[in-house]
Amino acid sequence: MSAMNVFFWAFALVAGGSALAVVVSQNVVRMAFWLIISLGAVAGLFFLCDADLLGSAQLLIYAGGTLVLLVFGVMLTASGPFMSLKTNPGEAVLGGLVGATLLGFILYTAVAVDWKTASPEAAKRPAVFDYRVNGYSTRPLGFSLLGMRPDRDLGEGARTMSVSYLMPFEIVSVHLLVVLVGAAYLARSKRRKEPVAGGSSVEDSAS
Amino acid sequence: MAPLFAVNSVADFIEDNWVWFFDLKSEQVNESSAHLAGIVAASVFHGTMVIGFFALAPLIFIWLERKVAGRIQDRLGPTRVGGKYGWLQGLADGLKLIQKEDLCPGSADSLLFRVSPYLVFVASFGAFLVIPFSAGFVSTNLDVGIFFVLALMSLEVVGVILAGYSSGSKWALFGGMREAAQVVSYEIPMAICALVPVIVAGSLNMVEIGQMQRGTMLNWMLLNNPFTFIAFFVYFTVATASVKRAPFDLAEAESELVAGFHTEYSGIRWSYFFMAEYASMFAVSGIAVLLFLGGWETGVGIDVPLREALHPIGQSFLVDGFNLGDYLGNVFGVTVFLAKASTLVFLQMWVRWTLPRLRIDQVMTTCLKYLLPISCFLLLGVTLWPFVLMKAGMSSLLSVPPLGASVPKPPDREVVPKKLDQEFEPVVANANEREEGGRP
Amino acid sequence: MDTVGLENFLIVGGILFVCGVVCMAIKRNAIGVLMGVELVLNGANLNFVAFSRYTKLGLDGQVLALFVIVLAAAEAAIALAIALNFYNNHLTIDVDRADELQG
Repeated sequence: MSAMNVFFWAFALVAGGSALAVVVSQNVVRMAFWLIISLGAVAGLFFLCDADLLGSAQLLIYAGGTLVLLVFGVMLTASGPFMSLKTNPGEAVLGGLVGATLLGFILYTAVAVDWKTASPEAAKRPAVFDYRVNGYSTRPLGFSLLGMRPDRDLGEGARTMSVSYLMPFEIVSVHLLVVLVGAAYLARSKRRKEPVAGGSSVEDSAS
Repeated sequence: MAPLFAVNSVADFIEDNWVWFFDLKSEQVNESSAHLAGIVAASVFHGTMVIGFFALAPLIFIWLERKVAGRIQDRLGPTRVGGKYGWLQGLADGLKLIQKEDLCPGSADSLLFRVSPYLVFVASFGAFLVIPFSAGFVSTNLDVGIFFVLALMSLEVVGVILAGYSSGSKWALFGGMREAAQVVSYEIPMAICALVPVIVAGSLNMVEIGQMQRGTMLNWMLLNNPFTFIAFFVYFTVATASVKRAPFDLAEAESELVAGFHTEYSGIRWSYFFMAEYASMFAVSGIAVLLFLGGWETGVGIDVPLREALHPIGQSFLVDGFNLGDYLGNVFGVTVFLAKASTLVFLQMWVRWTLPRLRIDQVMTTCLKYLLPISCFLLLGVTLWPFVLMKAGMSSLLSVPPLGASVPKPPDREVVPKKLDQEFEPVVANANEREEGGRP
Repeated sequence: MDTVGLENFLIVGGILFVCGVVCMAIKRNAIGVLMGVELVLNGANLNFVAFSRYTKLGLDGQVLALFVIVLAAAEAAIALAIALNFYNNHLTIDVDRADELQG
């Protein structure tokens, strides 16, 4: 019984249980609450995998940013307090059955495949690079964005240099900017000159 | 650093010694029992200290807040409880709050209403996991320290929004929404301003950033270049706003919203919000001290000689590996750090009782139209600053040795060269090997 | 010593993924569907990180997970804007009401 086991099972139970609670709860704010618990537990699992930067990013971006966005959406779109759009029972049963089947397939695949032999190098940590000894993963991650790979041996001639992630990184950042501008454009409040029937008064008060 | 009482990382400690808790006869344990007892005592002592600090600091700060408010408003503040200066006022407040009935309004979503104070509390307590109080006094020496702190403290807003929404009250909802808008906006310049010294230091690790500012005050990040100098003031403004203190306390504006998001709360759950607020105040001040004001260094250059003088004292005191002198040096560092951070907390109180509250549109304008462009400019400037220095042929602005020249090599970061085809070893074996390698 | 292996992480990732898929399928609330997407992406992310920890994949897995997180944030922003627009036009965010394009 090592610390890894204890923490893994704690985080795994919280993550799975909260994910289930997201599915079964009907109130959208409760769903958001369970989602943030689930995402936080997944961040804990990232920390267990020695992915410190990723766990922090998960907390900051998902659990902080996205959840606030979601709560905003809930606030702006709720027509009454504690709004619930009940799921059709037939759909719920059907969805549950399909989900159970899918879960069965995935779990069977995860357990049945012998990961140690599926890839010949599996279950062997990168030999020259051990997170726990050489410090944590932040700097290696930065280096690997630049194409320097402290975690793998790339063979003769290209001992540590590989294809860098700098170009994808730039594309993603521009993409993010475009998306933000687009979202701001889509969600802007339309100020109409003439009063029209429908939701204009609602959207003005909402925004 | 003596590995024993340094408690460099509680997580590492648990990882290394987990076996011992369950099975004393396990082969993994080859330490003497005195050594293990020392480790356990050290971790329990320091764990209690962090938790006790977290519980105690709000009591002291609440008393201080009342005294400061009283003095600024030309009155005395508390004088009765506990003697001349009313220094037990915080405890009396706490006792009063514990006695109160724990109410949950009928129209509230009871689960979320009950849970959200804990969410706020945990988020703000989590920040203390990675804030170093001195070179060796940090519970987890995370490599992504400052990033992790900002991420955890951003979770606080979720608890506040949930509290505001689940109360089933209009005032609370208004407070929660204002808080959401405010914190989400202020998070951006706060992160960018925290990034400015990180770029100078080249590290997210808060212990490393602190150690880079060793020496005199000229080595502090504040005086490193013009951009970090401005960044400190921007950071402090933004941090004040992000812990929803006046003049940015729109979420609980008493004159407008009754009490904002915690209108419906009473008793111990209400006090959780306040403990979290004071703890966050201390946390953001501590981050400011670490990033800009030299961390646990006094700034007059006596720290390094003092630590060197203390080093020979009490080598292997009581238990093997514990160095009393180094420990005392760390205690000195903790004192300096606490004094600096408390000064900044005092400054926040001063601001609160001096300036009038802004309107919500003024708050948003301050952030989005002024602080955000300023912090972006600072970020750009600090990335270009090395080229300016290079062009001018200087190594630093104030002719001090460049940052990092005074940083000792961290003992727990020794690179153990490994053969290429070595099999992966279990984590515990690695940890033991590293600890033996690092012990003096 | 450590009995937790790659399979355990994959199982947790699978549970998150399936919860997300079911959430996307049965929720009538557009925000609920969005939360389902987040769960699916998290399940995938957990797999990436677990493979990065336990196999030769190394840091590639972490870099990919980082990209997934960033793109998920972008997706959430744009989906939320769409939900807001939908609400402005229909005064509800019931996705079953978005059936105007049916022939």
